Amino acid sequence: MAERKVTVAAEVGLHARPAATFVQTALKAPMDITVSKGVTGQPVNGKSILQILGLDVRQGEDIVIKAEGEGADEVLDALAAIAGTA
Amino acid sequence: MNLRGAGVSPGVGTGPAYVLTGAVPEPPADSTYEGPPEPERERAVAALGQVAGELEARGNRAGGEAKEILKAQALIAEDPGLVVGVKALIDQRVAAPRAVYQAFAKYRDMLVRAGGYLGERVADLDDIRDRVIARLTGHPLPAPPPVAGTGEPYVLIAVDLAPADTALLSKEAVAAFVTEAGGPTSHTAILSRAMGVPAVVACPGATEIPAGTRVLVDGNTGEVRLEPTESDIAQHVSAHEARRRRMTTGGPGRTRDDFRVQLLANIGGPDDLDEALAAGAEGVGLYRTEFLYLGRTEAPSVAEQEAAYRAALAAFPGGKVVVRTLDAGADKPLAFLPSAAPEANPALGERGLRLFERFPEVMAAQLEALSVAAAVNRSGAVRVSAAAAELQVMAPMVATAQEAHWFTDACHAKGLPQAGVMIEIPAAALRAESLVTVVDFVSIGTNDLAQYAFAADRHSAALGALQDPWQPALLDLIAMTATAASDNGKPCGVCGESAADPAMACVLVGLGVTTLSMGAAALPAVRTGLGAHTLDQCQLAAQAARGAATAAHARAAARSHLPGLVELGL
Repeated sequence: MAERKVTVAAEVGLHARPAATFVQTALKAPMDITVSKGVTGQPVNGKSILQILGLDVRQGEDIVIKAEGEGADEVLDALAAIAGTA
Repeated sequence: MNLRGAGVSPGVGTGPAYVLTGAVPEPPADSTYEGPPEPERERAVAALGQVAGELEARGNRAGGEAKEILKAQALIAEDPGLVVGVKALIDQRVAAPRAVYQAFAKYRDMLVRAGGYLGERVADLDDIRDRVIARLTGHPLPAPPPVAGTGEPYVLIAVDLAPADTALLSKEAVAAFVTEAGGPTSHTAILSRAMGVPAVVACPGATEIPAGTRVLVDGNTGEVRLEPTESDIAQHVSAHEARRRRMTTGGPGRTRDDFRVQLLANIGGPDDLDEALAAGAEGVGLYRTEFLYLGRTEAPSVAEQEAAYRAALAAFPGGKVVVRTLDAGADKPLAFLPSAAPEANPALGERGLRLFERFPEVMAAQLEALSVAAAVNRSGAVRVSAAAAELQVMAPMVATAQEAHWFTDACHAKGLPQAGVMIEIPAAALRAESLVTVVDFVSIGTNDLAQYAFAADRHSAALGALQDPWQPALLDLIAMTATAASDNGKPCGVCGESAADPAMACVLVGLGVTTLSMGAAALPAVRTGLGAHTLDQCQLAAQAARGAATAAHARAAARSHLPGLVELGL
C-alpha cells in the first residue's frame, strides 16, 4: 500500500474547488483511494466529495492519502500535488 | 376570481401563471415499494445521474465561476458513498425517494454539526436532494424557468422568492411577480423594482391559482385578476399609463417650494447605470461593490476595480457617486477573507468594515482603486471642459465613532476627500452626534437599521411587520441621525428601500434627510411625489408619523399631510 502525507495548502482548505478537483481526479483512478486527516484519523473514501468535505481539512493541516495497485504512485502523486497546491 | 395584495413594483403584467411550489415534500417515513429491489435501485441511481448531468450541463451553459460550483454539486449527486447508502436502504425495502432522503440526511447532519463553512453547504445539499426526489416522484421542481417555455413571459407565483430563485430571471421571462408572503422590503419587492417588473406581495391564496391560468397583475393597486378580459387589461394598462404620464422622469429632485433633495440610484455594478440614467437619477447614492468580489478566489486587481468605479463616475458628470466599500462577511464568505472562527450569527459577525480591520490590505487596494478612478475621471472631465462627478466613499457596518474615524483617516490619506459611513447599527444612530463630527457625510441604511433595531432577521417573512419602514422607533433613529448631521452641517442620505416609497420619501425629507437613493425604477414616482408637496408639508408629515404608536398609524398619519399623493395615484 503506497501513501503520501501532504500539508493542504489552499486557503480554503480541502473544500470548494480544491476538494472538487481532488475528487474528480480520484474518480478517474481504477483503485480504491482513502484519505485521512492526520496520521491517526479515520480513513474515508477519496472518491466521495461528501466524505472529503466531512473531514473538514483546513489550510495547513496534514492529510494521508493511500492507494494500492498498479499505477498507485502516479495517482498519489497527482492527488498530493492537488492537495499541496495553494 | 380576483385576489388582492400589496403592489410593490408599479406596472401591469399579464401572462400564464407559473406557480412555484414550495420545497419538495419529505417522502413519508414508512414508504416502501412493490416488487424486486433491482428496478427500484436502478431508478434511484438513474435519478441521481440525471440530476448530476443536469447540474453539470447548466454549469457549462453559465460558464465561469458558476460552472465550477455546479460541477462540484454534480459530484455530490453522484457521490459513491451516497449511492451505496441509497442502495442499502432500498435493499431494506425503503422506497427510492425516501431512501434518497435518508441517505442525504446522514451527510446533512454531518454538515450541520460541523457548522461554519460546512454548515452553509447544507442548503446546497438540500437543493440537490430535492432535485433527485422531484425526479423520482414527479413533483415539480421549485425553480422558475429562466425563459418562458411558450415564448410568452409568465407570471411567477410563489409563497416567497429567494434571491437564488430569481438570479437568472429577466424581464423577457417574467411578466410579473406575485407572492403570498413578503412586504415592501422583501427580496421580491427589491428585485422586481430593480428589474422594472410589476409585483404584488402579501397576496394570500396566490399559490392556489391553477398553473397556466391567465393572470393580470397590477403592481400599482395590488390587484391580481384571473382570466382577465381584454377590456380589463386595457383598463388597467391605461390607468397605469395615465399614472405614468403624471410622473416626472427628469430634472433635479425638489419639493414644490424648491427645496433641493438629490435623487440618486442604488446600483450593483456598471450594468445598472443605463437604467439609472433613464430614470433621471442625479447620481449614484449606493454603489454596492460586492459584485467585484463575490465568487472570487482572490481579490480583484486595482485596475479591474478602477474601471468599474470610473464607469459610474463617467456616467454622471457634475453629479455624485457614493461608493460603499466591500460589505462581505460570514453570510457572503470570500475565499480570500476567511472568517476567524465559525459564526453562529453572521448578521452580527465580522462583516463590512469589521473585516477590513483584519484585512487592511484589501481596504487599501479598494481605496487606491477609488482614488485612481476619481483622478482619471477628473482629468478626463477637464479635457472636455465638463464638471467631474463627485466621488464619496462610505464604509458599511460602522458601530462607533472610533471606527468611523479610522475609516475616514484611511480615505483622506488616499486622497479621497469625501469619506463617510453607513448608519445601520442602532449604536451609530444613538451616538450620531459623535460620528458625524469625524466624517464628511452619513448615509442611513434603513433595511439593516430596522433589522438590528428590532432584532428581526431581514430574511424572516414571519417578522415582516417588524421590518416595516414605518415603525415609529425606526423613524426616531433616522430623525436622531438626520438632526445630528444637520446640526453639524453634514449631508445625511438614506439609501435603504424605504426611500423608494413616495410617502416615506417625503417623510424622510421632513426628518432632515438631504439625499435619497433607491432602485432606479422608483425614482419617477418619488420625484413626482416630492414635487407635489412643500418642505413644510413634509415636516408636518414626519412629525405626525413620529407621533403615531404603530407603523400603520404612522403611515396613515403621514399620508394625511401629503394630499398630493392620492391625486397622483401614488
